[in-house]
Amino acid sequence: MKFTKDHEWVEVEGDVATVGVTGYAAEQLGDVVFVEVPEVGKTVKQGDALAVVESVKAASDVYAPVSGEVVEANGQLGDAPETVNAVPEAGGWFAKIKLSNPAELDALMDRTAYEAFLSTL
Amino acid sequence: MSDQDLKKTPLYDAHVAAGARMVPFAGYSMPVQYKDGVLKEHLWTREHAGLFDVSHMGQARLRGDNPAKSFEKLVSADYQGLKPGKQRYAVLLNAEGGVIDDLMTARPDDDGLFIVVNGACKDNDYAIIAQALKGEATVERLEDRALLALQGPEAAAVLAAHVPQAATMVFMDTAAMTAFGTDAIISRSGYTGEDGYEISVPAAEATRIWNTLLEDERVKAIGLGARDSLRLEAGLPLYGHDMDETVSPIEAGMPFAVGKSRREAGDFPGADRILNELAGDLKRLRVNLKVLEGAPAREGAEIADETGAVVGVVTSGGFGPSFGGAIAIGFVPPALAVVGSKLKVIVRGKPQAAEVVTSPFVPTRYVRKI
Repeated sequence: MKFTKDHEWVEVEGDVATVGVTGYAAEQLGDVVFVEVPEVGKTVKQGDALAVVESVKAASDVYAPVSGEVVEANGQLGDAPETVNAVPEAGGWFAKIKLSNPAELDALMDRTAYEAFLSTL
Repeated sequence: MSDQDLKKTPLYDAHVAAGARMVPFAGYSMPVQYKDGVLKEHLWTREHAGLFDVSHMGQARLRGDNPAKSFEKLVSADYQGLKPGKQRYAVLLNAEGGVIDDLMTARPDDDGLFIVVNGACKDNDYAIIAQALKGEATVERLEDRALLALQGPEAAAVLAAHVPQAATMVFMDTAAMTAFGTDAIISRSGYTGEDGYEISVPAAEATRIWNTLLEDERVKAIGLGARDSLRLEAGLPLYGHDMDETVSPIEAGMPFAVGKSRREAGDFPGADRILNELAGDLKRLRVNLKVLEGAPAREGAEIADETGAVVGVVTSGGFGPSFGGAIAIGFVPPALAVVGSKLKVIVRGKPQAAEVVTSPFVPTRYVRKI
């Protein structure tokens, strides 16, 4: 698993990256009450808004950590947005992106680096 | 404003010690939530009792030969008819009938009027009142007092254990009394739609009283995040969002803020506009919207009619935890401001179905009789 400074994670299998937000992000967001996932087929660039998570109080964008085409979206979050809080780094994933530029992964942090980054916040 | 410039309420240290997330609000560093988070804090208040620090709000005394008569020059309420032991809501009006602030005025004792105004507005309010009433009434800011709100279905039982007199009060009753071993002004009122009390105490005593109330297992500290979702579900407009200097109390759906005797006399600022609006000449009206699909519509989201034409704007909105869905307050032309009216809210460019529903979203539980 790799991480961004915006607290997204990616898990790569072959040329497809599963994307979610980290436990730290889920904690900061508070109880998630609504999730908007991208449509399958949408093309995103690294840093584009990929999904929206809403707590009681506010809406927050989730950014694409990698560029590519959305090949699957987590439709279960529509009925169970609380999954993002319960298992952010597993069942709470938002989308799967077919990588168009796998080299982008190199610039992301590994878990040790991400945890070091969190300790500076 | 940097964080260093933010003011602190007397309860600041207690909030930080409890693990609150502190945010700037009305010039103060205030707890937006504690460890449980907004959702659980909201539901706790609806089921048990929530304790809120609202010490950022302005507390003042208005004194003079006839402070109620003097104050009526600036507000829409009938304050000469306000009986001892009662408080009443009003709006402070500009010359065009727009709302400078909304406020509560009380007669808890014989010491003039006790006024509670919004924290973000208080400096401006006091300046306007002092200037307009020069020579006949004076405003004393009570900077040495804190304000606590205890809200929820178990609030009455909790407070009665410490203050037996509180149990004899009904909604909008107020009294100055000795409570918690100090001088307190207690009203049976609040801003959550629940039964409850607002408790004004000396700043130096606030932390002791806060902690005393929290010793009761029915009570949890609740942040301003849940205060906002609670008041939204109760259909209560929030100044600076659902009301401002361009909005009249009639447009805001608060006609009760204009007293009957005042309507007859027409002797308040902006009376021409407000009386015309009461007679039906309205350009827009506050509505409560249930968002039927999609994401919560938040402040600033446009409201469209069924043809897609933009007809208004959302001024408060979010997710109602007790309502169980997305709700909003907004303004639309009167013809569309009827229950059942089908509208759209535009969220991130997407039109979503919404419907005008009755206010409040969640039934209020004020205790009007005992």
